[in-house]
Amino acid sequence: MATEKRGAGQGEPVLRLLGITKRFGQVTANENVSFSLNEGEVIALLGENGAGKTTLMNILFGQYTADEGTVEAFGRPLAPGNPRAALDAGVGMVHQHFTLAGNLTVWENIVLGTQRLSERSLSPRAAKDKIRALSGKFHLIVDPDAKVGSLTVGERQRVEILKALYRDARVLILDEPTAVLTPQETDALFATLREAIALGLSIVFISHKLHEVMDISHRVLVLRHGKLVAERTTSETSREELATLMVGGEVRAPEFPAMPAGPALLSLKSIFTDKLFDLDLELCAGQITGLAGVSGNGQGALSDLISGMSTPLSGEMTVAGQTPKSWSPRAAIAMGIGRIPEDRHKTGTIADFDLTENAILETYPEGFSRRGWMDWARAHAHTEHLIETYDVRCPGPEARIRLLSGGNMQKLILGRVLEESPKIILANQPVRGLDIGAVNYVHSRLAAAREAGAAVLLISEDLDEIMKLSDRIHVISEGRLSPAFGRGEMSAAELGKWMAGEGFAHAV
Amino acid sequence: MDLLDILFSAAFWAATVRIASPLIFATMGELICERAGVLNLGIEGIMVAGAFAGWISVWAGLPLWGGVGVALLTGMAFGLLHSILSVPFGLSQHVVGVGITLFATSTTFYTYRVVLPEVSSPPKITAFQPVEIPFLADIPLIGPALFHQTPLTYAAFLLVALTAFVLYRTPLGLAVRAAGESPSAVSAQGLSVTAIRMGAVIVGSGFMAVGGAFLTMSAFDSFFFDMVGGRGWICIALVVFGAWKPGKALLGAILFAAFDALQIRLQQTGIGAIVPYQVFLMLPYILSILALVLMSRRAEVPAALMVPFNKGER
Repeated sequence: MATEKRGAGQGEPVLRLLGITKRFGQVTANENVSFSLNEGEVIALLGENGAGKTTLMNILFGQYTADEGTVEAFGRPLAPGNPRAALDAGVGMVHQHFTLAGNLTVWENIVLGTQRLSERSLSPRAAKDKIRALSGKFHLIVDPDAKVGSLTVGERQRVEILKALYRDARVLILDEPTAVLTPQETDALFATLREAIALGLSIVFISHKLHEVMDISHRVLVLRHGKLVAERTTSETSREELATLMVGGEVRAPEFPAMPAGPALLSLKSIFTDKLFDLDLELCAGQITGLAGVSGNGQGALSDLISGMSTPLSGEMTVAGQTPKSWSPRAAIAMGIGRIPEDRHKTGTIADFDLTENAILETYPEGFSRRGWMDWARAHAHTEHLIETYDVRCPGPEARIRLLSGGNMQKLILGRVLEESPKIILANQPVRGLDIGAVNYVHSRLAAAREAGAAVLLISEDLDEIMKLSDRIHVISEGRLSPAFGRGEMSAAELGKWMAGEGFAHAV
Repeated sequence: MDLLDILFSAAFWAATVRIASPLIFATMGELICERAGVLNLGIEGIMVAGAFAGWISVWAGLPLWGGVGVALLTGMAFGLLHSILSVPFGLSQHVVGVGITLFATSTTFYTYRVVLPEVSSPPKITAFQPVEIPFLADIPLIGPALFHQTPLTYAAFLLVALTAFVLYRTPLGLAVRAAGESPSAVSAQGLSVTAIRMGAVIVGSGFMAVGGAFLTMSAFDSFFFDMVGGRGWICIALVVFGAWKPGKALLGAILFAAFDALQIRLQQTGIGAIVPYQVFLMLPYILSILALVLMSRRAEVPAALMVPFNKGER
């Protein structure tokens, strides 16, 4: 998978950051960061979640104003806090969270801001022609007339890249571009990027996926706690070294010894919903049950069902030996199901609530109120305890949770769930978007809960994660569940076949 | 006179277009604000202020079009105030809007009393007169309805075309629509969301005020308290009815006006002798609510409507 890296770093510096410092309230996101990017070069900016990568790029691009430091593009300083300055200098950014208007068409989104507002009219035809030409040149296929809201995530990213190229960008900044992509889309993106380098563009590639960084970059810069801690030439380093630099210590993959299965704490029999077909599942005490599968094959429906967000059309459900009278999120919590939701921003937390309010969201009626009055003193003490126990790095329990990085947010959610000593834990994509340090932390916590006798359902699209953690593995495909496979019973390739839909007795 | 007679009378359709005109102005104003992401609940008060400002300037000696200009500027002034509070300060758009309505209404009544301390009935002005468009006015039914109206009515229809053109065919309109959909996308292109939204609110408020001025300078020839009488709130509903599209909103305004013109005429029929007239007064509102329910189900609400934008916040 070696990339041709000829001429790397030989060109003139096109971009230079000098002594950048940025604070958000009490959080220091960047501290005295300096580096330069040369023409035709790909540098990777590597760091944990919350290391300050995104903030740094947003400063470069003028979305934020740095508290200290300057940015130079092609030898000239950029006016701070002005995205226009970066765009005009030929620096384009593909944001992690796309800045696209869903109700507008692709071409409208691309053209936005390219003409002076005083100009008399838009010229859709010329714009679309230019977009089609760029699409062809860089293999970025997308229909200019489609509404952005109807596009897939991968297509939206193409629109973002086209937006930069449409403005004749010479430097592309990609903020965790592969986080939202399927493997095939990632390959396509890398092909586009190689095309761009060949045409003399320069790229800053922000990621925490080591194999991608090794694959695409010439040089790696490592950020930790907002500071630039290391710089390596990609060909002279290794994944192990980068991982160590990133988390600041030896990375240890956890090892979990096998445990005898306890009684079934949750059992589903012949469950049908609009997305699940004749599903049987047992979650046993002291075991992690892994659910492997390509996304969109019914994982969401199963997760909703167990977490009480939906009810089955037919079938039997037993929780800890009891058949629930009615099924709702509240009933699920009351019966001891701890939920780590797939999307921590959407369903896991309330962004503008502080840590305390988020920490007690599920349990405040029973745990933190007395005769109808909130018991804030207890809530604060509980949150302080979570912050301490689960190593949530934050300014304090009064900080709004949106200020936290993904990893710290997830640690708080994890603490919220585990502190209730749930009998059953539903962990849906618990480590998606997290760095190695946080991943290991979450995994070891889940393993500890298992040893304490909880039944864990681990839903993940990452087969390695499933295989590393699970005592038993099911594969889900088109709403049907495979039989349970024991530890080491199946190779990754065999599971892959099940994931592709092979082996299921009857098609639906 | 039964329903069919009413529907096929030129007078009914002429009344419909006349009643629709102030709604069209104000609806376009509101639509521009909302497309940029700002709900302008100051509309009711701004219409009152516009109705008064236009009329009083003509009474004081300005020509009719001068009065329209004064109304426009008055609306823009209130729009400036609204936009300062709602855009850079990011205050609740509901509170700011209701506040502007109360402020504009009471300021207007206060000014009325200061300028005309001792009159019991307000003075009349010479209002805009209907202008026939040659040939077109001779078409049966449509002719008198559409082409025998005052210049302000023609201006209302032109405004719809202009609004649609600017929104969909110019870089400025694209920026306005994007500001209401995804302010961060606008900001990422180095455009000022604040400037775009403030501009939209100021211009939109100006059109609302002209809608008010239509009442005192074209529909009637004098100013009364309560003469706006909730038309502003109707326009808010018309924007939703029109799914934030100028053409559909125009249709909505005409539909509402037709119901209004119809109920006046129904009061004079045989049913009107039996049913209390208040029932007829309710009719346009009930029918509008029904139409709204049916029409706005799949509407694409501007995604960032009522969401303040703070650059640099994450």
